[in-house]
Amino acid sequence: MSDLRTMARLVESGMRVALPVDYAGVSMAMTRPLIERGAGNLDLVCVPTGGLQVDMLIGAGLVRSVETSAMSLGEAGGAPRFNQAIKDGTILIRDATCPAIHAGLLAAQKGSPFVPMRGLIGTDVLKNRADWKVIDNPFEETADPIVLIPAIKPDVAIFHVPLADRHGNVWIGRRRELAAMAYASAMTLVTAERIVDESLLTDEITAAGTLPALYVTQVAEARHGARPYGLWGEYPADTQELLRYAREARTAEGFSAYMQTSAEAA
Amino acid sequence: MAPALPREILICTIARLLDGVRHVAVGASSPIPAAGAMLLRALKESEGAAPVKISILGSVEHNFFTNGSTELFDCAGQGRIDAFFLGGGQIDGHGNVNLVGVGDYPRSSVRWPGSFGAAYLYFVVPRVILFREEHTPRVFVDKVDFISAPGTSEPGVYRTGGPKALLTSKGLFSFDKEKAGFRLESVHPGHDLTEIQEATGFGFDHDAKPSQTPTPSPEVLSLLRGRVLDELSETYPEFAAQMRQTLTEREPVAS
Repeated sequence: MSDLRTMARLVESGMRVALPVDYAGVSMAMTRPLIERGAGNLDLVCVPTGGLQVDMLIGAGLVRSVETSAMSLGEAGGAPRFNQAIKDGTILIRDATCPAIHAGLLAAQKGSPFVPMRGLIGTDVLKNRADWKVIDNPFEETADPIVLIPAIKPDVAIFHVPLADRHGNVWIGRRRELAAMAYASAMTLVTAERIVDESLLTDEITAAGTLPALYVTQVAEARHGARPYGLWGEYPADTQELLRYAREARTAEGFSAYMQTSAEAA
Repeated sequence: MAPALPREILICTIARLLDGVRHVAVGASSPIPAAGAMLLRALKESEGAAPVKISILGSVEHNFFTNGSTELFDCAGQGRIDAFFLGGGQIDGHGNVNLVGVGDYPRSSVRWPGSFGAAYLYFVVPRVILFREEHTPRVFVDKVDFISAPGTSEPGVYRTGGPKALLTSKGLFSFDKEKAGFRLESVHPGHDLTEIQEATGFGFDHDAKPSQTPTPSPEVLSLLRGRVLDELSETYPEFAAQMRQTLTEREPVAS
């Protein structure tokens, strides 16, 4: 088993990092170790949207670009450090749409250069994505334009799960986007609420929801590792804490103060 | 029984707009569309009609997806979702929706969360209902600053879906795909045409004297205030409690 700081050291400057949506197991436990590690110029890929963790990494100055379908703190409103960075032009934003992010990961999973997808034509989302191409469907007699989404191949995926075993298998249940992230990424770092001795693959019922160690680089235990986000089947989100962050992180100074005090409390 | 609240009229209107769907999906933070879908399901059940399936994102009890967040889009792409709801920071007279921000992209002066799945779902869900309670000229603009999803597409572009209606706190509009424009179908009780024209930044078709949005029957209201609010409180406890509170204040111990 690894630990948070050892895992954070695997993240290097300029890496492309895949992070999950707020309800699907965000490894908030890794956020502070990543900030302490200080590897910058990160290109974040939100699968398919981003929130608190992405906002904190932006606030800490570690982010070069964000590819996402949306950024918010959910009920707590807009993501303050992200919104400021957009206004100041200090990060590059690659606006996407949820199924395009899934399509890019799927292409990588299959070892294909791209996946075609419907929709998008006539949107400013497409217009601002020079890396997406429109071709004419070669299987149709008549003109049928369709968008190609290139493979998204992150250097590292980072997420949190309820359960892992000593062999490095991790239980993701029905949160299949976590598997998609791992299949597409060169490295996968996982934090887990609990680590059990017996292999999750020996019981057919847990095996079906298990991402095998084949795709998992390192696992570390982290109790309440998604907080203040919730974790399915374990604990709900702490909306008050999200609201507190949303309030305090409106300014760069407020953000620093928040990170300081929550570090002391931890 | 206390008369229908404005939000109850919206919920009942949504149930009416959804009539005939087999499967409706509702996005996160959308209590009124969710209540409308639940009301339709309850009405169909009481009529003995074919059941209505509802997928509410962010709900545990009303979400059956087991293949991660991609499954909704895969479902929609195959035509397995008949109706969906979209809001929008800006919506223009051609049915274009902006979920990204105000001003020159990418350095938007006001930045909203982003397009989510709209740049896809608007193309492939047959009955998209645009729903935005705030009816002001800053929302309903002449031209959106960013097209997250276009109201119509050029001929030859694959498009099985698009906007069918626009519902606001003041009125109900239908969308005409050929004209790429809206028509005011009805005005909610307490509002009028002039007020709607002043609050809308784009032109729209309308009758000289538009009709009033129908108010629900006592039977429908009691279904909504009973079973539907119970179901809704699993996903939207605060919204359901607030509606119950308002109803109690309107009708103290009368029943």
